[in-house]
Amino acid sequence: MSWEPVIGLEIHIHLKTRTKMFCRCEVTYSEPENSRTCPVCLAHPGSLPVPNEKAIEWTVKLGLALECRIAEHAVFHRKNYFYPDNPKGYQISQYDEPLCVEGRLLVPGEGGDTEVGIVRAHLEEDAAKNVHLGTAEGRISGASATLVDFNRAGTPLVEIVTQPDLRSAEDARRFLQLLRQTVVELGISDAEMEKGSLRFDVNVSVRPEGSDELRTRTELKNLNSFAFAARAIEREVERQVGIYESGGEVEQETLHFDPGKESAPPLRSKEEAQDYRYFPEPDLVPIEPPAELVERARAELPELPGARIRRLAADLDHATAADLVTSGRDSLYERVPGDRRSVANVLMNQFAASGADPAAVDPDELGKLIEARSSIPRDRFTEALAKSGDAGFSAEAYLGDGLVADTSELEPIVDRILEANPGQVESYRGGKEGLLGFFVGQVMRETQGKADPKVVNELLREKLTSSS
Amino acid sequence: MIDTLRLTAEEASGLIERGEASAAELHAAYLDAIGERDGELHAYLRTVDESEGGGVPIAFKDLISTKGVETTAASKILAGYVPVFDSTVAARCREAGLPLIGKTNMDEFAMGSSTENSAFGPTRNPWDPERVPGGSSGGSAAAVAGGLAPWALGSDTGGSVKQPASLCGIVGLRPTYGTVSRYGIVAFASSLDQIGPMTKTVRDNALLYRIVAGRDPYDTTTVDLPQPVELPEGEDLKGVRVGVPAELNEAEGIEPGVKEAVDRTIDLCRELGAEVGETTLPRSVEYGLACYYLVAPAEASSNLARYDGVRYGLRVDGANVREMYERTRDAGFGDEPKRRIMLGAYALSAGYYDAYYGQAQKVRTVISHEHAAAFESFDVLVSPTSPTVAFKLGEKAENPLAMYLSDVLTIPSNMAGLPGLSIPCGLSEGLPVGFQLIGPQFSENLLFRVGHALETAIGFDFVPERLT
Repeated sequence: MSWEPVIGLEIHIHLKTRTKMFCRCEVTYSEPENSRTCPVCLAHPGSLPVPNEKAIEWTVKLGLALECRIAEHAVFHRKNYFYPDNPKGYQISQYDEPLCVEGRLLVPGEGGDTEVGIVRAHLEEDAAKNVHLGTAEGRISGASATLVDFNRAGTPLVEIVTQPDLRSAEDARRFLQLLRQTVVELGISDAEMEKGSLRFDVNVSVRPEGSDELRTRTELKNLNSFAFAARAIEREVERQVGIYESGGEVEQETLHFDPGKESAPPLRSKEEAQDYRYFPEPDLVPIEPPAELVERARAELPELPGARIRRLAADLDHATAADLVTSGRDSLYERVPGDRRSVANVLMNQFAASGADPAAVDPDELGKLIEARSSIPRDRFTEALAKSGDAGFSAEAYLGDGLVADTSELEPIVDRILEANPGQVESYRGGKEGLLGFFVGQVMRETQGKADPKVVNELLREKLTSSS
Repeated sequence: MIDTLRLTAEEASGLIERGEASAAELHAAYLDAIGERDGELHAYLRTVDESEGGGVPIAFKDLISTKGVETTAASKILAGYVPVFDSTVAARCREAGLPLIGKTNMDEFAMGSSTENSAFGPTRNPWDPERVPGGSSGGSAAAVAGGLAPWALGSDTGGSVKQPASLCGIVGLRPTYGTVSRYGIVAFASSLDQIGPMTKTVRDNALLYRIVAGRDPYDTTTVDLPQPVELPEGEDLKGVRVGVPAELNEAEGIEPGVKEAVDRTIDLCRELGAEVGETTLPRSVEYGLACYYLVAPAEASSNLARYDGVRYGLRVDGANVREMYERTRDAGFGDEPKRRIMLGAYALSAGYYDAYYGQAQKVRTVISHEHAAAFESFDVLVSPTSPTVAFKLGEKAENPLAMYLSDVLTIPSNMAGLPGLSIPCGLSEGLPVGFQLIGPQFSENLLFRVGHALETAIGFDFVPERLT
C-alpha cells in the first residue's frame, strides 16, 4: 500500500510594531532582561489592556494577503492557564470569533499551484520567557531555579492555522518559505526563526493514498528551521507508516524537538486535554475593523510573492523562481538585463555569496558583468560582484582584462604540465579521457585562472591526441 | 474647631475657599477623628500622614491603586504590595488637589456584603458597632458616616457602594458602566466593577462624580459623558415619572420597617410633583442574582489568577512551581475568594460554559431589555436599596447564601450596566434605610436631581445619634 502524508501547520509570527500588543512598552530582542516592562505587561493589579491599533491593521493586511474574510466583529478571549511566563494567568487571544478566517495561500510549483487553506489568522500576545538555571541546555528538567524575562511578554503575535492540505515535507517547506516572504514583504514582521519572531508547529498524520480519512496526528514542536522541519516531517511520516504497516496504531502525542541539537531524538508527551476556560475578555470591546480601513488595506496590497514566482517561472523553472523571490533578489533579477537563466544563476550563487547589497546595485552594470563573465577570470569576477553595490561601480574595469587566449603564451605552459605528469598522460591516452579536467585545472592554477579555458582545452586535446 | 461628623465636602470646600481652614488642617482634623474613633470602627486599613493638595481630603477603598501607598484589596495575598502607579481615579483626585486621608477596609477583593470578609478584621457600623456597615465598600461607608472622611470612593460590582451607603445612612452612587475608569482598580468582575462616590449629600456626590468620571484612554471600556455633570439645585420633582417595580418592592425578605420608610418616600415623590406608577421587572429580579453569581465569579476566577506568587505579593515557596502556586494561593486567599474562584472556574469549564456562563450572558441581555422597556414609561425606578437594615456581625457570616441575598435588589440594574443612587430615607429600629433610584444609562444628572429633591424634603440627619 502506498501512503500519503497529511500535514497542517500552525505558525506564530511576531509583528514588528514599535510597541507591545496591549501596552506601550517597546518591543525588543536585545535589551537587558525586564527593562521593557510596565504594570500592564507585568500584570499588576488593576492594569488594563489597550490594543495596539497598528497590530490590528497589520493583521487585517495579512488576512487580505491570505485571501481571508475579515470579520466585521472579532472578539478577544481570555485563555486561562497558570505558568510563570503567563503573568496575568490568562493570555489574551482569540477563540471563536477571530479577525481573519477562511483564506488560502496558493503555492506555485512545477505541477501547478498547491492550494493551502487558511482556517484562521488571529491576533494574540506572546508570553514572557522563562530562563532555567542550573542545567547546561537551559532546559527545565533538573533546573535549580527559573527566572522570568518579561520583555517579550505582550509582543503582538499572529497565529495562522492552515488546513491539513499539505502532502509532503517539501510542500510544507515551500509553503513556509512563501508565507515567510509574504509577511516580510508586507512589512509586518521580520519573521526570523533565529530571533524567535517566526515559530511553527506541524501536525502530521498519514493515510492510504486516495483515501480522505484523517487519522491520528502527532504534533511536532520546537522546529528551528524549514530544512530541519522538512527532515523531521519525513522521519515522522516514515515512523507512522512503519507503525501502520506492522499493524500498530499511531498514538496522539507531541514531539518536542531540542532546538540546540537536531540529532537528538524528540521528547514525547501525551497530549493533555487542557481546559483553558475561554471566555470573552471583558476588559476589551470587540474589534470592528471599519470597512474603509479594510478596503484601503486591500487596495494597498503589493504584488505578492506567489504571483511573482508564477510570473518569473515563465522564463525559468519554479524552483529558481521561488528561490529568487523568497531570497528577496527577484526585484534585482527583473532589473538586470541579459540572459534570464544566467542572471538568475549568478544572483542565486556567486552574487548571493558576494555580500553585495542588492538594493545598491546598478542593474545595467551588473548585466554587463554577467554577460561577459565567461571571459573574466573567476577571482576577478568574484571581486567585481563584491564591489557591484559600491557607489560608482563600473563593469568596464573588469571587461578590459580578458583571459589569456594567446597560444604562444599558453603552449609552453601546457607542455610543461604534460611533461611533469607522464603517468596521467599515459592513462589519458589509454582511454581515461576524464583526466582532461585534471590537466585544465593544472594549467588554470599555473596561470592563476587567467587562461581562456576554451583555448586551453583545445591545446590539451590537440597535444594529447597528436603526439601519440 | 472642625466638626468632622457634620461637615460636608461642599462645606469643607467653602472653608478652604474662604480661608477658614486649609486642606492640611482638614486632613489633620480627620486624622484626629480617626485616632479617636477608628479603634472601634476599623474603617481604615492605613492612613496617610502627609497632606498633599489644596482640596477637600478623601478616602479610597483599598482596591484603588495609589502610587507609593500600599494597596491590598484587604487580602493577605497583596499584603505589602505598593503600587508603582496611580489608578486613573486616584490620579484625577490628585489633579483636583484632594489629599488622601487613607485606604479603607473592604471585603477581600470586594467579595462580600458586610466587610467581614476582610483579611484584616471587620469594620463596624457607626450607627451601632455591634452591626456591620455593609459591604464590600464598608470601610468607605463607615468612614463617611462616622465623620472620618468628608467623602470617599468605593467600588460597586453587585451593590458594593449602594448597599453599604444604605446601611450607614449616606449617599452612594453606582455610575453607569463605562463612565468611570477601572484602570488601577484591583479587578473583581471586570464587566460589572464601577467606582462610585460615597458622600453625606447628593450634591457632594455629584461633585465627586464630576472629578472622577469621563473617558480614560487606559480603559477602553470607558466613554465620554454625553453631558457634563450638573450640581442639583431644584427641590421639586415636577414632570418626573417614577416607576415602582413590584418585584423589587415586594421581594421576600424586605423588612417591614424598610418597606415603610421606602413607601413613605414614594409618597413624598408624589407630593413633590412626580407621577408615580407601578411597573414590573419579573425576569430581572427572578434571575438577576443567579445570573450575577455565574458572571461575577467566572470573571473573578480569571482576574485573581495573577496572584501567583511570581512577581509581587505573597509567596509561599514549594518544591516546584505548582506547589508554590498552591501554597501561595491557599495561604493568601480567604474563604470567599476561594469559593468564588471555584464557582467561576466551574462555570467556565468546557462542557459547562454554554449552560452557565453563556446562558448567564444571554439572561443579562434579557435583563437589559426588560429595564429598557420600563424606562419607556418611567424616568427613574425606585425600591429599597437593601432588604434589611444593618445586621449584626456574625449574623450571616456563616451562611454565604443569606449574605448573597443582601444584594438581591441592587444586582438586577447592575447586570444591565445602569446607574443607581442610594440615599438615606429614614430610620427603622434606629438604623438607616436606603432608597434606591435607578435610571437609564447616563442618567446620573437626573438621579442627582431626584435624589437632591428627596434628600431636602426628607431632612435625614446623617450623623449617627450615638455619636452626637
